[in-house]
Amino acid sequence: MNAGDTGWVLVSTALVLFMTPGLALFYGGMVRGKHVLGMLMQNYFAMGILAVLWAGVVFSLAFGNSGDGGWIGNLDFAFMRDVGIDKSPEAFFEFLTIPWVLFCAFQMTFAIITPALITGATADRLKFSAYAVFISVWLVLVYSPVAHWVFAGGWLAEMGALDFAGGAVVHINAGAAALALVLVLGKRIGYPGTPMPPHNLPMTMIGTGILWFGWAGFNAGSALAANGVAAVAIMNTFLAASAAMLGWLVVEKIREGKATTLGAASGAVAGLVAITPCAGFVGGMAPIYIGGFAGIVCCLALSLKKLGKFDDSLDVVAVHLVGGLVGSILLGFFADASINSAVAHEGVFLGGGAELLKDQIVASVVTLAYSFVVTIVIAKIIDATIGLRVSEADEEEGLDLSQHAETAYAS
Amino acid sequence: MKLVSAVVKPFKIDELKDALKEAGVRGMTVSEVDGFGRQAGHTEVYRGAEYTVDFVPKRKVEVLCTDEDASRIASVIAEAARTGEIGDGKLWILDVAGVMRLRTGERDDDAI
Repeated sequence: MNAGDTGWVLVSTALVLFMTPGLALFYGGMVRGKHVLGMLMQNYFAMGILAVLWAGVVFSLAFGNSGDGGWIGNLDFAFMRDVGIDKSPEAFFEFLTIPWVLFCAFQMTFAIITPALITGATADRLKFSAYAVFISVWLVLVYSPVAHWVFAGGWLAEMGALDFAGGAVVHINAGAAALALVLVLGKRIGYPGTPMPPHNLPMTMIGTGILWFGWAGFNAGSALAANGVAAVAIMNTFLAASAAMLGWLVVEKIREGKATTLGAASGAVAGLVAITPCAGFVGGMAPIYIGGFAGIVCCLALSLKKLGKFDDSLDVVAVHLVGGLVGSILLGFFADASINSAVAHEGVFLGGGAELLKDQIVASVVTLAYSFVVTIVIAKIIDATIGLRVSEADEEEGLDLSQHAETAYAS
Repeated sequence: MKLVSAVVKPFKIDELKDALKEAGVRGMTVSEVDGFGRQAGHTEVYRGAEYTVDFVPKRKVEVLCTDEDASRIASVIAEAARTGEIGDGKLWILDVAGVMRLRTGERDDDAI
């Protein structure tokens, strides 16, 4: 056990938890005023229900039987059994110098924000009860196996794929689910004809700041120690966000003639997403290249929803799915063993050949496909039973009043 | 009695109030309004999606006055609100059938 490591992961756990309220504000500002409480509530509610499920069974399904090269954990740690102040009982996590319960808490904050990311796609029309059921089932059936494959020495990790803090587990996973869910859910009433501009961009900017700040814990905390890898990860995280903001704004300036605040916020988040899988595996100027590329590509990817004719309301696909894919695949070019000895095969640009790139592509495609297919099935079943959508009248009235009997703003 | 109404640029409202006070006007009503005239709306862009906003925010000023003051007050408003640019607004004068000061019950010219 190491006090420095424990201290840093404690702080990181709090930082990552704070990202979910940050996400609530980021999304909340972008919806119309009659739906803002609905959006905030969905994100805060994720902190309520998912933490309880995590302690119940999901931590164990994700991290039980770690290092088995398999598909899912077991129930060894269900209901917090053997999740205490001592080191991990799992041989695979022998290297950890922090209490196993702290590892459980840190991972819990990831499990909370991942399903919450999906709420941006389904804004303004997803029924609250359907949402509660969806994220609970999704956490068990999609998040826990994918986390096991990648973070707990499951089959993707054993194959050689790398994912420092969740490019695949968090962002590709949530992005693919967002796409699947909106395909079943359908478009907002009036989309795309009716203008639906953000109702409070200052709220979105505050949310962006909180996400940016919290991401330090997300990425540098994923070193799971207070060491050099954590230090590289925090620098990479901030550089990628900055470069991505610039990339996004350049595209906007050329395309629309104006650099927008929403573009600055979106670009920064896209860069944070893209650096997530790479954070502790790359160094030097790599985060600037990765972030800059992600900012440009994610901004261009906004047109995907027009081409695909789906209503991904707040662009979860363009930012999280595309950003996650960019980061996970670029890691195959930039991974650097001198930064982190866990890099067995270096990236293409460091002379490591295509081995890692191949593994990264496989891990990305498998995660995308698994999440997409299982999400479609979950969504169809919920839709056929309790229904996914609010009624047309409730949607017109707004989620705030129809789902929660409240309004955000005095009129 | 007359009602002088004007729709003007929002940033001109303080100048306009001062000019009217100086001209001896002892009351006015101001409201926030949206609309369009010759000045078109504007375009907003959010993540590449363009929205046309047709209505431009303005302030509407209303002043009740006696028949003989109406023309002078109109000139004061016009002078204070004019920038010479498109979107300065519009002014019109209506006949008023009756006015009452609610506190005292005074009527018409006495109530202005």
